[in-house]
Amino acid sequence: MPPILALAFGLGLWQAIVWATAVPHFILPSPVRVAAALWENTALLGAQAAVTLGNLAMGLGAGIMLGMATALNLAISPSARILLRPLMVFAQAVPVFALAPIVTLWLGYGAPSKIVMVALVTYFPVTSAFFDGLMRLPADLDDLARQMQARPWPRLMLLQLPHALPSLGSGLRLAAVQAPFAVIIAEWVGASKGLGHLMLLSNGRAQTDLMFAALILLAAISLCLFLAADRLARHWDR
Amino acid sequence: MTAPDLHLMGDLRMGDRLLCPGLDLHCAAGAWTVLLGPSGVGKSSLARLVASLPCPAYLTGGITADDGASLAGRVTLMAQTDQLLPWADALENVTLGARLRGARPDRGRALDLLRRVGLDGHANRRPATLSGGQRQRLALARTLMEDRPVVVLDEPFSALDAATRATMQDLAAEVLTGCTVILITHDPLEAARMATRAWLLDPAGAAPLDLPVTSAPRRLSDPATLAAQASLYRRLMAADDAA
Repeated sequence: MPPILALAFGLGLWQAIVWATAVPHFILPSPVRVAAALWENTALLGAQAAVTLGNLAMGLGAGIMLGMATALNLAISPSARILLRPLMVFAQAVPVFALAPIVTLWLGYGAPSKIVMVALVTYFPVTSAFFDGLMRLPADLDDLARQMQARPWPRLMLLQLPHALPSLGSGLRLAAVQAPFAVIIAEWVGASKGLGHLMLLSNGRAQTDLMFAALILLAAISLCLFLAADRLARHWDR
Repeated sequence: MTAPDLHLMGDLRMGDRLLCPGLDLHCAAGAWTVLLGPSGVGKSSLARLVASLPCPAYLTGGITADDGASLAGRVTLMAQTDQLLPWADALENVTLGARLRGARPDRGRALDLLRRVGLDGHANRRPATLSGGQRQRLALARTLMEDRPVVVLDEPFSALDAATRATMQDLAAEVLTGCTVILITHDPLEAARMATRAWLLDPAGAAPLDLPVTSAPRRLSDPATLAAQASLYRRLMAADDAA
């Protein structure tokens, strides 16, 4: 109940400000106006949201898979650690969002640039969180593995991997927060479809209510994504 | 697999610090050698050294088996913590060794061992759903599953309540028959009950302890056991004062 009350309070405050200040609707549309825009443009918004959601899902999928594969590789191969770890630290220092114009330049205005941007911002948190978890096997389990003369691969799969799941969960949480930013920034830089593109377009046409409608959809997508990641992470925490 | 006699020789040192000088401990095959002592004297280090686990301490004379073969792969250590995997059920925990070596686990034997330690019907339970005593039973079954002739027990029952501890001691004595057992403990009663031979380790070295002539495990109600416990307490407290 409290979240719904908070939401109602926020909407009420928003409407009150619009009434009190008589701000023009192309600067700040009232919640009622935004709701109407949502209702009237269902088809348009739905189609654009589907594009954004598709790119988001593919980018997340690719980033998570590659991140997990990299972490497992680093965990099992000391030579990979020596080679790739400094590279990973360096890559993390690069502001990935700043790469959006370059990615768009190379991959064009279509889906690939969005997918790659999402994959890029997902890849690093997943890789580093999962890798940290894999390398932090508690001392007593390490003793057990040594006594049992564990081989590297079963040790990784039976001890390190299950132990690292909570860390992977926190990596996924981070990725879920970052991914919607990445897809929107990529759409802002250059796209012909998607919610980010629709926001720019409606902004240019002073259709601020439609822009807010797109923003609300985007917020809803981000929230659902985070809740899903959080749920998974909580499941692994237990 | 016949159990070897073990010989622990030399000074137990950590860097340039001498923990316990002049060890000359003979651990007979099929017997329980108990090492009693105040904390900080290196008992657990000694346990880890016998089990070839990484350890900052070292024994100058080394640890040798009377059959001349290396101890690698012949020792298993049961620690104070049960080291159970929280995400795996009882059966998976017992069969962990084989699975870690990439071998096919012997399910039938694992179930049989679970029954022997009194966990019949608990094969699918996670450790979190078991009591402290049941968890140590499970750890014991996992230790037995490894089928090693030398078993080092590093205070495995110290966290259990008195009654459960006594039951576990009887069970361990029964199932570890024939093994060369080294039991590390700071509990004089445990030493008095379980030891075939017992040594007091303190910074001055290792001293043999007097035990009843009866064979282990000795009954709790036996006056000789309790007398031994009392005398071990006195020795331990004297060692503590000296330290």
